[in-house]
Amino acid sequence: MASEEPSFEELYRRLEEVVARLEAGGLGLEESLALYEEGMRLARRCQEMLDAAELRITRLRDELGLYTREGAALPEEGWGD
Amino acid sequence: MLEVWSVSQLAQTVQEAIRAEPRLNDLWVEGEISNIRPGHGGHLYFTIKDHQAQVRCVMFGGRWRAGALENGHHVLAHGRVDYFMARGDLQFYVDFIEAAGVGIFRAEFERVRKKLEEEGLFDVARKRPLPPFPQRIGVATSPVGAVFHDICNVIRRRWPLAEVVLAPTPVQGAEAVAGIVAAIRRLNEEGVDVIIVARGGGSWEELWPFNEEVVARAIFASHVPVIAGVGHEPDVTIADLVADKRAPTPSAAAELAVPDATQMTRMIHAHMQTLDTALGRLLEGRRRELHRALARLEAHAPTVAQWGQQLTRLWHRLAELSQLHAQRLRQRLNGLQAQLGALNPRAVLGRGYAIVRKRGEEVVTSVAHVAPGDPLDIFVADGHFPAEVSQQYGF
Repeated sequence: MASEEPSFEELYRRLEEVVARLEAGGLGLEESLALYEEGMRLARRCQEMLDAAELRITRLRDELGLYTREGAALPEEGWGD
Repeated sequence: MLEVWSVSQLAQTVQEAIRAEPRLNDLWVEGEISNIRPGHGGHLYFTIKDHQAQVRCVMFGGRWRAGALENGHHVLAHGRVDYFMARGDLQFYVDFIEAAGVGIFRAEFERVRKKLEEEGLFDVARKRPLPPFPQRIGVATSPVGAVFHDICNVIRRRWPLAEVVLAPTPVQGAEAVAGIVAAIRRLNEEGVDVIIVARGGGSWEELWPFNEEVVARAIFASHVPVIAGVGHEPDVTIADLVADKRAPTPSAAAELAVPDATQMTRMIHAHMQTLDTALGRLLEGRRRELHRALARLEAHAPTVAQWGQQLTRLWHRLAELSQLHAQRLRQRLNGLQAQLGALNPRAVLGRGYAIVRKRGEEVVTSVAHVAPGDPLDIFVADGHFPAEVSQQYGF
């Protein structure tokens, strides 16, 4: 997993924080502008992550060996009850 | 070889044999209650019988409710068998009793539910909040069948940022209990953020593994929150009760596990709008402030000019004053010099005074200092001359 990049949650939390600080006001013009830029950057990054996401599926080893016994190649999905 | 046993030996051997038999340590017995009598310490003594046999029973204080049991009741009793050596009795130590009509599954469900409830496994206070943005979602369920497929579909639609980690396990039959327990433990080791324990709908018997005490304890022991999605509403299993969150179906469990990307997109856009609004408001505020300041400056411009003039006037006045002051100082200095000049003794002699000195002695300031015939020296402004006292007169 690419853990170098901050997670969606970290980015989104920071976005919420930035929005709250800018909304609260009482900041200088320079600081407000910097917060605005950061907030917009975070929002765009969050949106990109959502747009680009593709579900990953990992299957752990079968603890009891029921599904791997005798090369039992059971379908990943199907069967349907 | 012949051997004589003591009674104690016999009793001890019987007790050991009974205790060594696991089936006698955890069993349900169905029969009719008779011979109820309350004993010391709140214990209840009775007999359970059928048409061929009977067994003495004891239920310890606190485990039964007064009036709930009556002779002739047909019951299911759960407990363990032991041999009471002092009395030579085989006793059934009952810890849970239920009317026989409910059936063994319901009775066992009630027994486990009551036991775990007393231990606090269902306490609302210990239910953990689900992580709002889980990155890895553990799923303990069967790898075959629709359940896992459905769960993946829901998560793919709602929160494709996630990774689904499947710990495959049978969810019915003889190996289900061990499999589910192992799957939950394995997912904990794997470090997932949340675990879904799921199984599709089925008969009460098929759902049975989710009512087993060990499964409940595995869910309770999980370090990450567990969502139970077992069967279909309105089935409630022990697993549902102990889980941090209960969903009516496996798909509903998946919905609970993840946020909704569509909803999140809306939130992100709302945040962007808030940022725009906040900055816009700030800039507008600054603009208005500046306008006000400029307007004030303009309104006060005449006064500023007046202040300037006033300042110039003051400046000149100050200069004048210091000049005047210097002149006065100079005049005063001249005066002082004149006074000083007046004190000079030669200046005094210049005005016609003279200094009289007895020759070789001090200045004469009194007639008493001299006698007729005394020689004197008279000092005037430009020199001196000798003289002699002839007479003395006082003023």
